[in-house]
Amino acid sequence: MKYFHLIWAALFRRKARTFLTLVSIIAAFLLFGMLDAVRAGFDQAGNSANGAERLQTGSKLSFIQTLPSSLEARIAQVPGVKEVTYANWFGGAYQDPHNQVFSFAVQPNYIDLYPEIEVSAEARKRFDETRTGALVGEKLAERFHWKVGDKIPMQSTIFPNREGSKNWTFDIAGIMYSRDKKSGGFYDQMFLLHWKYFDETTPYNQGDVGWYVTRVADVNQADRVAKAIDAISANSDHETRTQTEAAATASWMKQLADIGLIVTSIMGAVFFTLLLLSGNTMMQAVRERTNELAVLKTIGFSSHSVLAMVLAESVLLLLLGGVLGLLLAMLIVGGVHATMGGAVPMAPVDGGIWVHGLLLMIGVGLLVGALPAMRAMRLNIVDALAGR
Amino acid sequence: MFLHSMMLFFSALVVLFVVVVGSWMLLTRQGHQAISVTMVGISTLRQRLGMSSVIVIGIAGVVAVLVALLSMGDGYRETLDKTGSADTAIVMRGASASEVMSVLDHDSATLIPQAAGIARDAQGRPIASPELVVAANLPIKGGSADDEGSVQLRGVGEQAFAVRPNLKIVEGRNFKPGLRELIVGKGAVRQFAGLEPGHDIRLGNQSWKVVGVFASGDAMDSEVWGDADVVADTYRRGSSRASVTVKLADPQAFDAFKAALESNPQLKVDVSTTLDYFSKQSEDMSKFLTVIGIVVGAIMAIGAIFGALNCMFAAVAARAREIATLRAIGFRGMPVVVAVMLETMLLALIGGLIGGLLAWLLFNGYSASTLAAGTVGKLSFELRVSAQLLWVGLLWALTIGFIGGLFPAVRAARLPVTTALREL
Repeated sequence: MKYFHLIWAALFRRKARTFLTLVSIIAAFLLFGMLDAVRAGFDQAGNSANGAERLQTGSKLSFIQTLPSSLEARIAQVPGVKEVTYANWFGGAYQDPHNQVFSFAVQPNYIDLYPEIEVSAEARKRFDETRTGALVGEKLAERFHWKVGDKIPMQSTIFPNREGSKNWTFDIAGIMYSRDKKSGGFYDQMFLLHWKYFDETTPYNQGDVGWYVTRVADVNQADRVAKAIDAISANSDHETRTQTEAAATASWMKQLADIGLIVTSIMGAVFFTLLLLSGNTMMQAVRERTNELAVLKTIGFSSHSVLAMVLAESVLLLLLGGVLGLLLAMLIVGGVHATMGGAVPMAPVDGGIWVHGLLLMIGVGLLVGALPAMRAMRLNIVDALAGR
Repeated sequence: MFLHSMMLFFSALVVLFVVVVGSWMLLTRQGHQAISVTMVGISTLRQRLGMSSVIVIGIAGVVAVLVALLSMGDGYRETLDKTGSADTAIVMRGASASEVMSVLDHDSATLIPQAAGIARDAQGRPIASPELVVAANLPIKGGSADDEGSVQLRGVGEQAFAVRPNLKIVEGRNFKPGLRELIVGKGAVRQFAGLEPGHDIRLGNQSWKVVGVFASGDAMDSEVWGDADVVADTYRRGSSRASVTVKLADPQAFDAFKAALESNPQLKVDVSTTLDYFSKQSEDMSKFLTVIGIVVGAIMAIGAIFGALNCMFAAVAARAREIATLRAIGFRGMPVVVAVMLETMLLALIGGLIGGLLAWLLFNGYSASTLAAGTVGKLSFELRVSAQLLWVGLLWALTIGFIGGLFPAVRAARLPVTTALREL
């Protein structure tokens, strides 16, 4: 540590070069931070404590196949089931079919199973009392400028109503907030309507249910409960498949894209380039300073401390650029969250990513510093001073 | 569209640059000086091998990643665009965003083929194929036993082959009507386990036999086909269908066909050409992939620009005495600027070529898959590294080289002759 000012001075011996290299390193770690946030976002999706105690039961045939609503009572009787609710995909869009909205037709107790969602008691009461009522997520309401009490038209891209028209009307009964703002999931983008209103209005759904959500009393019993639920309809014409929410989300994400592969290949290219670039800078820096290093050795610095100083210099360079880059990534990812809500699968740049990042900075720093540092260590004082 | 015009603009800039600089070098005295300074610079490149290779490899990395990411969006769009054509039309229930969301009752499905404008086969029957589209869960290849993915299952009749002439059975045979037999697209075979002909797979509590593999080179390759009536029975769809695809007598017949269906009070349907339908499906996703490619590419490009700046500043510093000598014996500033710029851009060009080649070797034809918008199955598509994309990559490389060379070049020309000559 006592040589810190010496290392610092060496690093900024050529300000322009250090600055240019720093910008390259910042760019590399900015990319790293953002890509790792995406990767972590995909990994963590559905992986919450609440998600672990929720089971999703859908048709074994496919996710578009519906189930009879009579299953509700039978699932509720399975030992270990605390509460059960069901929902249908509504496929809503506002004004333009491109403005797709995550919209579900749900039982009133749906919200009870999702403690992540915060709804005021009064909004809840209004929703329960209004047949055409809807609960909308905070970010969604912001996006379309909806207020409580508004009567809004909504298209369904799947279900026409009795008159054969795709236009449905809803009364906004309340706003839903995400309890955990940071990893809010997409709860503040959701649109919930009454399943009863839905079922009565469209001729295409005759008492059918898209999927059931069950909360189990004990997380460790989840597997057994899932099997018991599937056993109810085994060998019928509506066999079911029950998974924990975490497993179901993970399988969706995996089908969406092999994120791991894409992220790893981009990072590979980025870090290879980075290695080359900062390695080159360090080489230049040491070559230029051959004289000074020889002087240091002459006045008594050991070969090993010269080695350590050059290594420290390159690690410091990487740390400076890397920390700035990750801070930038943190700002940008935060900005994305603020504007688009939890709809983008991007985890906040926090502890895990910082640890990865810092390890990478130190690793890359040692790697690129190794060659110049060896050179500096092996420097022969007489030759170096003579300029040979 | 915006990207396309950007590309044209940059291409025009490159041509202009080559013409102006080229004629200046060939026709003027300063230009001749620039040629000789450039030649000196290029001939000494070998002594600065480490430095030059940093520029080359850095830019190659940017171009390779950029081209690979852009080729993903292009391959996706191409696969869906190819699926449609202007002389076939698809009819779905009104207000349905995609086939899987559409339901046509039996009456509609029989009424639609009677409309005007449909081509007829040798027996005089209209070439129209009512089809049912559902999703099926199948085990993913290489995954654990519980790892299931979604595939689009299409229930078809014999006319399905007549409206898609490019679809051929490449292995095994077609399914027999009325039996639980399936034919599978070659993309689906790659994605899901147990789809080889001769295997039995389970859909729900029923067992189906895979009897053949088909190929069409488009989005259909990711589907699994069976007899429409048997699929409807398994999925409790009765006699309803999702869509009717028809072969039009000719592309001009579309308007008449559409008008005929929309004016029929018994029907509530949307009609579009399959070309329109499929290109609309690909729009959002390919835009999204392109944006990702450009964002990642841009961040990497910033890194590469600063890397190039760094190297060229060092190169200019190393040659300070040489450049000062040239200036002292009467060379003007401009030739020096041009020489440094050209040198950087040459390195950038080499980097761009290497990067493009790398992307082409590694990713052209690489198969990827995603859950496609508007379908319910995994759509597999191939990355397509086209000549146009390679050109885009080269344009990026040249731009990086231009910016990376500009400032060091100006510095070289401004170097005060006397101090530079004195410098060690």
